[in-house]
Amino acid sequence: MAYVIAEPCIGTKDNSCVEVCPVDCIHPTPDEPGYDAVEHLHIDPDECIDCDACVAACPVDAVFAGDQVPEELERFAQINADYFASP
Amino acid sequence: MTDRPPLRAAIVGAGPSGFYAAGQLLAVGDPEFAVDLYDRLPTPYGLVRSGVAPDHPKIKSVTRAYDKTTAHERFRFFGHVELGSDITRRQLLDHYHVVLYTLGCSIDRRLGIPGEELLGSHAATEFVAWYNGHPDHSGLEVDLQATQVVVVGAGNVAIDVARMLALAPSELAVTDTADHAIEVLEASSIEEITILARRGPLQAAFTNPELLEMGVLERADLEVVGGELDELSALALAEADKTRRRNVEILQEYAARPKTGKPITVRFRFLGSPVELLGDENGNVRGVKIEKNAIAARDDGSLAARGSGTFDEIPAQLVFRSIGYTGQPVGDIPFDERRGLIRNEGGRVTDSDGTHRVGEYVSGWIKRGPSGVIGTNKKDSQDTVTRILEDVATGRINEPISDDIEALIATHAPDAVTWEGWRAIDAIETAAGEESAPARPRVKLTDWDALRDAASSSATRT
Repeated sequence: MAYVIAEPCIGTKDNSCVEVCPVDCIHPTPDEPGYDAVEHLHIDPDECIDCDACVAACPVDAVFAGDQVPEELERFAQINADYFASP
Repeated sequence: MTDRPPLRAAIVGAGPSGFYAAGQLLAVGDPEFAVDLYDRLPTPYGLVRSGVAPDHPKIKSVTRAYDKTTAHERFRFFGHVELGSDITRRQLLDHYHVVLYTLGCSIDRRLGIPGEELLGSHAATEFVAWYNGHPDHSGLEVDLQATQVVVVGAGNVAIDVARMLALAPSELAVTDTADHAIEVLEASSIEEITILARRGPLQAAFTNPELLEMGVLERADLEVVGGELDELSALALAEADKTRRRNVEILQEYAARPKTGKPITVRFRFLGSPVELLGDENGNVRGVKIEKNAIAARDDGSLAARGSGTFDEIPAQLVFRSIGYTGQPVGDIPFDERRGLIRNEGGRVTDSDGTHRVGEYVSGWIKRGPSGVIGTNKKDSQDTVTRILEDVATGRINEPISDDIEALIATHAPDAVTWEGWRAIDAIETAAGEESAPARPRVKLTDWDALRDAASSSATRT
């Protein structure tokens, strides 16, 4: 099902989620190229194992389980997925 | 690029914390480490294999991340090697610069109440290991002809137990639940499962996905007793973390749901502490005597259960205590009995007077206690690795007297299972799963001899 990082991450990019993700599926990480340019972080829906660790770690409640994303933030599911799509 | 041979690290315990530490040590460029990852079982992955519920295959797939570490040329796995009986702590320190214990916590915290030894009273930890096919627990005798079950505890393990008892045979059949458990679970007569929590819905340690899963069970209706927030919790609600707030919402929705006539009822019962397990004339559990609780504030403002002096009885023929895992001492490694973990400061193993045992470290549950989720161990291991690197930089590491690990293994652990041996077990299990009808992720080997035989079948490969 995969989790989704949404609007509250914008301008925050706290990275606590990256630290706890057991499969390193959240990108970009601070040492990856393009980190400064993105507004918020993204979860790779193909790698996410639905473990819920990022939800608890996020200090701004930006993460939602795929089927729990509030309606007004639904567009972020596609935004997260698109980040990992091949050009 | 350095000519110095790599520093040798032994990591004991091939669960998440062991794998994270292995990957983190191997990623260090200077100095270079060679990592030998040991486990008592022939199979790696710790509680990912024997704790995570079989109907959570996505969470179990975290092992793909760990498998990447095993491809490193300076990584080796030695399964079926027990610290203490096969190889001693002294022998590890004789051969390695760094010994990192990632032993985890695998035994149950006891309730400590009268009647805990009655027939029908079990540790959730053992039940979980049993349905996950752990070879030490294949022989567990659990009588699912009970009609009423109480699971004591308000965490995800309690929910796992309740859910596994409520799954339909068709739901079990597609998982890697051990065959011996599927047989027993399919024949179950259980009608009522009470999850008993000491405190209230705001304090429960469930996480949202697990709590939500209870709401979509094919065979179970839900009930909630004591789910209304007390005054103090209502005040604390706004400041509580998102997971806790959402738990309260979910439970309130469950409380409002009508029954639909399903064969099983799962009841969340809050504000009750078990004070005694009551037995029948055959020595079997017949009920749980509970003291009703209220929520009160401690001096630091945190909310605790306070006994009200009024009691109740929940009829039950089967009781699972699910109030946490705890660690066990191994040999003479300094152990903190009260907290159930290896004595340490920030990951450096210490004696009771705080002196660091040079060369020895811990990470994971045996370091900080059985809390957090799988990913919590990633940072925990990183912190310990940072301590290791600090000590390497200041020369405070162990000086081994031998580098002949091969001789150590050949002499003291000749039946060690290498990574190839695990892959042979894995191949046999997954092939058996593919051949099942319906197909399953794997059919686990649950017997020590079968695991040993499967591991050594790799020796015949070219």
